[in-house]
Order: sequence, then C-alpha cells, then structure tokens
Amino acid sequence: MIDAQTIQSRFDIDHIRSQFPILSREVKGKPLVYFDNAATSQKPRQVIDALVHYYSYQNANIHRGIHSLAEEATAAFEDTRDEVKRFINAAHREEIIFTRGATEGINLVAYTWGRQNISAGDEIIISAMEHHSNIVPWQLLCEEKGALLRVIPVTGKGELDMDAFRKMLTGKTKLVAVVHVSNALGTVNPAREIITLAHEAGALVLLDGAQSTVHLDIDVQELNVDFFVFSGHKIYGPTGAGVLYGKKHLLEEMPVFLGGGEMIKEVSFEGTTYNELPYKYEAGTPNIADTVALKAALEFIRHTGKENIRRHENELLAYATEKLEQIPGVRIIGTAKEKISVISFVIDKVHPQDVGILLDNRGVAVRTGHHCAQPLMDIFCIPGTIRASFAMYNTKEEIDEMITGVQRAIKLLS
Amino acid sequence: MKTVKPIVETEQEIIEEFGLFDSWDEKYEYIIDLGKKLPTLDEEYKQDENRVRGCQSTVWLVAFYHDGQVTFKADSDAVIVKGLISMLIRVLSGHSPDEIINAPLGFIDSIGMTSHLAQTRSNGLLAMVRQMKHYALAFKLKHQSAAT
Ligand SMILES: Cc1ncc(COP(=O)(O)O)c(C=O)c1O
Repeated sequence: MIDAQTIQSRFDIDHIRSQFPILSREVKGKPLVYFDNAATSQKPRQVIDALVHYYSYQNANIHRGIHSLAEEATAAFEDTRDEVKRFINAAHREEIIFTRGATEGINLVAYTWGRQNISAGDEIIISAMEHHSNIVPWQLLCEEKGALLRVIPVTGKGELDMDAFRKMLTGKTKLVAVVHVSNALGTVNPAREIITLAHEAGALVLLDGAQSTVHLDIDVQELNVDFFVFSGHKIYGPTGAGVLYGKKHLLEEMPVFLGGGEMIKEVSFEGTTYNELPYKYEAGTPNIADTVALKAALEFIRHTGKENIRRHENELLAYATEKLEQIPGVRIIGTAKEKISVISFVIDKVHPQDVGILLDNRGVAVRTGHHCAQPLMDIFCIPGTIRASFAMYNTKEEIDEMITGVQRAIKLLS
Repeated sequence: MKTVKPIVETEQEIIEEFGLFDSWDEKYEYIIDLGKKLPTLDEEYKQDENRVRGCQSTVWLVAFYHDGQVTFKADSDAVIVKGLISMLIRVLSGHSPDEIINAPLGFIDSIGMTSHLAQTRSNGLLAMVRQMKHYALAFKLKHQSAAT
C-alpha cells in the first residue's frame, strides 16, 4: 500500500526543476519565471538528450533501408507509437498517426473525413471557447460544402452551456469538435457527457486535447472518442511532433490526405494503391528525430506520475487564484468549477500588454492577448487577458514573484 | 515657418535622458509617464482606417500636412506603447516629408527598446515607424505631383 504521504514525497520539486536546464537561466538579470506553459512547455534533459542521441547515433531514413541504422531509427520511431498508444490507452497502435501537432491533426480530419462525410445542409458543432485551429478548418469545410457551423455558447463562468448544446444536436449534426481543456480559461469540459450526447444523436466527436493531454489521464477507449489530437511540444516534448488518434474503422474508411512516399503500397501511372494504417497518413519522411524524442517526454511524465503533477498544479492554481483575488481591480476570467493549470485575468483600466511588458522586465513570462481565441474574448467584452499557465516545475515562490510584479505594475500604470 | 530641432538632435537628447536611468524599472516608469501625458486623440480620428496593424494593443495614428511640415497625433489603449509613440512624435513631428523618410531613428536601439521589447511588441513599434514614414511618403508624392 502506498499512502498519500509517500506519493507526495516522491514529488520532489527541486529534483524536477534540476531536470529542466532552461530554468537556471536569467531573463533581464532575474531568474526566469516561466508561466507560458499553455503556449509550450519547457523540455527536460531527457528529451534534449534523446534528440542529441538520435542525431549522434541513430539518424537514418525510416521504413526504407535494410541497413542497421535504418532499422534502429525505424524501431525508435515506432517505439514512440507504442508509448503514445499506452499514454492515451488506444486499442491499436495503427490508430496513432504522427502529425506536426494538434493543428495538423484537426486539418487532416477536416480534409479527409470531412470532405467525404459532410454535405450541404449538414451541421458541425464547435464551441465558443475554441482555439482558432479548431475553428478555421471547419469554417473552410463548411464553406466548401454548404454545411452549417454551429457554436455552443459559453457562460459567464467560462463553462459550456450544455443545455444549449443538447438543443443543438439534431439528425443534421455530423460532427462535434470541441476543446477538452480551454487554453484561454483553463476550463475542463465534460468530455464524456459531450461524447455520449453526440453519439446518441449519431454524430462523431473530435476532441482537441492540446491542453488536456499534459494534465489529465487520457483514455480514448473509456472516453469512446472518435478523434483526439494533441501536440508534443505542450507535454514537455519537442516541437513539430504531434498525434492524431482516430478509431481504426474510421481511419480505414477515410480517404488519403497527402500523397507521396511512405503512404503508398504500389504506384503506377494507371493507379496507385495505398499503404495500410498508420502509414497511409504519414506521407513523406516524417519528423523522425522529434517523434523519437517525444517518447522520452511521455516516459518522463509517466515516471513522475500524472497524479502527482496534477496535485502540484492544482495547488499552484488555487494559490494563484487566492492571491490574485486579493488584489483590488483584478478580475479573473474563467471561474469554471472544473479548471486546471490556467489562470486568465484582467485589471481595471490597465491594458494586459502593459502588465506583460512589466512582468517580463522582472523575468516573469506570461502570455497577454486573445490567446488565439478571439471569439471568446468578444463574449467577455475584453481585448484580451493576462494568462499565467503552470507546469510541474513551477512553484509558489514564482507565483509570489508574479503577484509582486502585478501589484507594482498596477501602481505604475494607474 | 516654425523651426524645429533637427531629428538627430532630438534623438540624441532622448538618448542622454535615458542615460540618467540606472534601471529598467526607471526607464519604464519614464515611458509610462510619457504615455500618460500624451494628449488623447479626438474620438473622430479613432477609426479603423487610422489603426496601425501589427500591434497587440490598439494604436491610432493620424498625420497632417501643413506648409511643408508633417505633424502626427496618436493614441493607444496601452500606456507603454503610448509612451513609445510619444517619443516618436517628439522626434518626427514638425519635419518635412523627406526628413521623416530619411530619419535614422537609431535612438530606439540606443535606449534599448528593440532588445527589451519582445519580438511581437517591437514589431508593433516597427509597424508604427513604418506607418509614420508611409504618411510622409504619401504627402511627398501628393504635393510633388501637385507642384508639377
Ligand atoms: C486548445 C488548443 N488547440 C490547438 C492548439 C494548436 O496547437 P499547435 O499550434 O501545437 O498545433 C493550441 C495551441 O495553443 C491550443 O491551446
């Protein structure tokens, strides 16, 4: 039996911080406080080492050569697929398609499944808290097909209006594409419920896991989700390595996306037959090195324990919320009951950009602006927010530094 | 015609003023102060056509031409940007189109504002400079062609 105490003590923050080389650098002569983790997380030594190791000892093109290097590189690349399968508990390894990131995964589904299955008069449902990358591909598809894009409203607390959603679902609904965790507000959406309701209406569901995969336990089978996308760079992995999960029968029935090498079985000028899954969707030489190193990131998370990470991040969120609420003039945007790791706020009569500049001057990196979710900002009638987003390596002391910075900024600016 | 200080002289003045500050905090305090002091733009000018693109905040810029001189008025909802604009106006306003087009504006770099504003924000600053020079060029072309 492992009690809570032992688990707690396994999460040694100093040890964790020591594994992220970038955290020891300074910005503007001050220790870096990195609170822009929702944009991209920093990378542990293990991931950096994996990249260096790959290029130093294993580099070769994969799935082609019969020489030893090619075999080793192929094995390393395919190992990541197995690790991802385990990470999100997919039923089959062929359901894991490597992409550049969440954006490419969404576009892949829009261009293949979407082109084949959406026709005039059909409806696609998204929500008002989507990232632009889960809006624009569907807009393009709807324009092309004469389909209708419907938007689930967001409440004042920053939660999906589930009653409105239920009413929107009809026989015309073909797809529901929603964000699992909002990058702008931190809201955790009720994915299980959304998926059940959508399936009852006969629609498929794509879940944008760009923000959820790093914090929540993802079990695509338990969720019964049809498509799930995420980006490696937001889960302590390299940029340019992401994942599209799709149920096997859907991926098999979908038309191909990019044409080229790797995705074919046989090519002739009379006609070409396509490779089986997952290679059918991985045309050309993929991003081998970053995909190989993604495995190191997933292992790192597994060894640290998502449960431990989540407990730590929840503490940080609660602490930051409490401290910010005490500052007069500060208003937190997004007060959903289920929230994780992101705190967005505005300050009376102060522009977010000014606060961002002054915080940067103290070495504190936050994000300011609309967070690629302009429609959401419009709902709250604000031009943008100041957003702090936390990762496993952040501390309460860092939050104190930000709070001092915010207080000083308010004094200077108002 | 009113005489104004040569552009490089004003630039030098600003560089010297910033030389008095010991810390970045003080520099920003000064810029914020400038921003607060810059008169707000009349509502009639706050229109889409006067908006400068490429800034995270909303920036309006208008230019007037009179007697061979260009004057600028500007505003922003963010005060640090407004302070930066205020310095640009101090340097450029009241000069001829040619002087504005050819202004070196090295002071931005000398006072550390290119390196100390992150890429996205200094793009905003560059967008402003570009827009000011653009206005100057437009006036030049208009009045040259009117003269010929
Ligand atoms: C919710 C959400 N979806 C999609 C994306 C796009 O991810 P990427 O740019 O890695 O493709 C992001 C990134 O900010 C995001 O936060």
